[in-house]
Amino acid sequence: MEYLVGSAVVAVVVGVPSFVLWRVMRGRRELGTSPAERATFETLHTASLAGPPLRAGLTADGAERASRHLRALLGSAALAITDGERLLVYDGAGEHHAAEAYEHAAATLKDGRTQVLTIDCDLLECPVRQAVVVPLTTDDRVVGALAAYGQSASAGLVRAAEEVAGWVDSQLELAELDRSRTLLMEAEVRALRAQISPHFIYNSLTTIASFVRTDPERARELLLEFADFTRYSFRRHGEFTTLAEELRSIDRYLILERARFGDQLQMTLRIAPEVLPVAVPFLCLQPLVENAVRHGLESKNGVGRIAIIAEDAGAECRISVEDDGLGMDPERLRRILAGEIPSAGGVGLANVDERLRQVYGDEYGLVVETAPGAGTKVNVRLPKYHPGVSAR
Amino acid sequence: MLVVVVAAVLIGAFGIRFSRTTSDFYVASRTVSPLWNASAIGGEYLSAASFLGVAGLVLSFGVDMLWLPVGWTGGYLVLLVLVSAPLRRSGAYTLPDFAEARLESMTVRRTASVLVVLIGWLYLMPQFQSAGLVLRTITGAPVWVGGLLVAVVVAVNVLSGGMRSITFVQAFQYWLKLTALAVPLVFLLMAWQSDGAPALSAEDAATWQVPLTGGRDYALYSTYSLILATFLGTMGLPHVLVRFYTNPDGRAARRTTLVVLSLLGAFYLLPAVYGWLGRIYAPDLVRTDTVVLTLPSRMIGGTLGDVLTALVTAGAFAAFLSTSSGLTVSVAGVIAQDLLKGGVRSFRWATLMAVVVPLALALWARALPVADVVGLAFAVAASSFCPLLVLGIWWRRLSTTGALAGLLVGGGLACAAVLVTITGGPYEGVTGALLAQPAAWTVPIAFAVMVAVSFLTPDRVPAGVARTMVRLHTPENLDLDRGDWRPRSS
Repeated sequence: MEYLVGSAVVAVVVGVPSFVLWRVMRGRRELGTSPAERATFETLHTASLAGPPLRAGLTADGAERASRHLRALLGSAALAITDGERLLVYDGAGEHHAAEAYEHAAATLKDGRTQVLTIDCDLLECPVRQAVVVPLTTDDRVVGALAAYGQSASAGLVRAAEEVAGWVDSQLELAELDRSRTLLMEAEVRALRAQISPHFIYNSLTTIASFVRTDPERARELLLEFADFTRYSFRRHGEFTTLAEELRSIDRYLILERARFGDQLQMTLRIAPEVLPVAVPFLCLQPLVENAVRHGLESKNGVGRIAIIAEDAGAECRISVEDDGLGMDPERLRRILAGEIPSAGGVGLANVDERLRQVYGDEYGLVVETAPGAGTKVNVRLPKYHPGVSAR
Repeated sequence: MLVVVVAAVLIGAFGIRFSRTTSDFYVASRTVSPLWNASAIGGEYLSAASFLGVAGLVLSFGVDMLWLPVGWTGGYLVLLVLVSAPLRRSGAYTLPDFAEARLESMTVRRTASVLVVLIGWLYLMPQFQSAGLVLRTITGAPVWVGGLLVAVVVAVNVLSGGMRSITFVQAFQYWLKLTALAVPLVFLLMAWQSDGAPALSAEDAATWQVPLTGGRDYALYSTYSLILATFLGTMGLPHVLVRFYTNPDGRAARRTTLVVLSLLGAFYLLPAVYGWLGRIYAPDLVRTDTVVLTLPSRMIGGTLGDVLTALVTAGAFAAFLSTSSGLTVSVAGVIAQDLLKGGVRSFRWATLMAVVVPLALALWARALPVADVVGLAFAVAASSFCPLLVLGIWWRRLSTTGALAGLLVGGGLACAAVLVTITGGPYEGVTGALLAQPAAWTVPIAFAVMVAVSFLTPDRVPAGVARTMVRLHTPENLDLDRGDWRPRSS
């Protein structure tokens, strides 16, 4: 019995990976029937392997990983890639030429033209006799050079080298594009840092002013809350804070709003203590609460209820902000979130949505449940861990 | 029996309501305090192995086995000194998160995920096995019934969101287990006293209570291997680490660990006494894992004996349920996030996978003492995650390739040894000892491979290591530049 189980386990442990491997190998073999088709697929596959390492730009690491595949594409004995300053990689036969490879590329780096060089070598068996050096350019600027070494620099090799260099150029341009997109995202996240609305400042100050004579002690307390609130909202450093800090700020905001609305504003907070340390984008909930207060209360008569709920859900935290106000036409809301029409009175929802997507990816955008007359519920999901996101 | 299960589920449901009081105002002081958090860690950590297994092994093999509870507690000392605060500061929620944060590699992350799942399965399997054993001892039902029962309860509870990492519920479990073991023990000791306080037999006094003379071969090697596995394995358990996230900062993480140390220290006194009493009153037991359940009826009997047996059984089921649900949540989370696509649907499938595989293992694998199998899970954790965490936190030259190689070699060797032990065997002689307690050779190998490969691949040290190290090691209240947010490069 035990041996039976043992052999079954071994069969599974060995069998499953080999089955997967077999499928992969077979899948590759099935492609293409004629030799020409197969050669095309072979070439395209090699090119696709060389692409990803180059997407980080012209780095030693990327060049090293791409060089093997590029050499296979060219069919040359050896291949060298240099950037503007030094040799990045020398791959293939005749390692003793690696030291001179940068000198071979020097002329091309200078004038950006293809060069064919003859190389002196004392070793009889060395296959490196001639070199084709082609420039690598991005935005018409020579950023490096690719050298293919072989017995002779045939016209075919020159042509192939130029084509491969052109292909590498396009990969490098993509890398450049990636880099600028990253910079753009960083800049956007900084620019999108939400700001508290001027209406709120004005309303708070008038509310506090109304208490100054009737209840000076209350006015003093409110003023201190206001000071704390603004200090948090105007802080300059860091894109992230903890959920606890964010909720503390929301609490201050609600104290001020309740001073203004009195019993008309009813609150329910249900916060799981487990999610308080979660790192969240700075001021990502405050606009949602502000929105709920404005839409749920200001534009209707009678009592308005707002519920803020934060729950623990394994690797993420779920937050919802709900009001029982007038609600909204879903289509209009969709267009506001898509940025097609500006929302009335502030950046609010669209801003939060945008920032969440920038930081965590598109699947973490806001989910809003609403209909005219049915109130609004805004759901936010936040992962407990996301690379690069930290509260301090 | 049913009462216990229903009570556990009700406590789960009721606990959520209790711990989530609805209020008008947010109270900032409501962060989870170290005592609550530590109780929750204790509640989730004290599994069937601690509740039943330790006493059984002490009864069978003598005082050597006391190293098991000592190691399970001492593991938190190592965690406290080397890991807890930096790990909290890393912001990681799971072990794969830490691997990704420190080594900036998705490959290492996935490898860590696979290991987490394997360790989780290995840890869950004996929980189900001993649930079957307990149910058979109490009701005479076939062995598979208990395991299936616990698996179903856990799966339903986790899927309905009932027990999902609720600190209060798990904290309650610790105190329940402590009571369920301590109260009967008081009565047992009174019975022992009134019995004329019988001592161990002369033969036992010469061998059983003298270290390294117990019934196992290669006792010295096994003991050292056990110490290594338990001291270093605790930090690699998936369900323990997620609790540290609840701490607001690194300092609180250290405090929590300190409280855990004392809570576990208090708890582990009890099984040892049970084992000793068992040696006097029930040396004839075949499956010694049941000694904790058998003693009340043997020594006291009558209605009081029945009540105490029921209490101990309730504690045992609390142990199965809390540990299993904690593990299932962790394992399912990792499966859903890293191995499936993520989202609610994946989580459901992942939960099923997390429960079904160990259940199948429990039904077909060899019936080893529960504490031994849990010890094997510790050995795997010690030979894979311990090097990753310790070197990752304290050694800046750890390279991505090195970490990967260490995880694969260390974890792979330990897993292989474990697989051979639980499916084949028993093996005799040196091979048997090496396979049953692999930590003494797999842990050094894992460290050596990780260090050596890192030295060979200095260009694979992650680019952001300096920044990561600053984040890990500077206290939160220190105001300094920890670097800006950058989008993940694809």
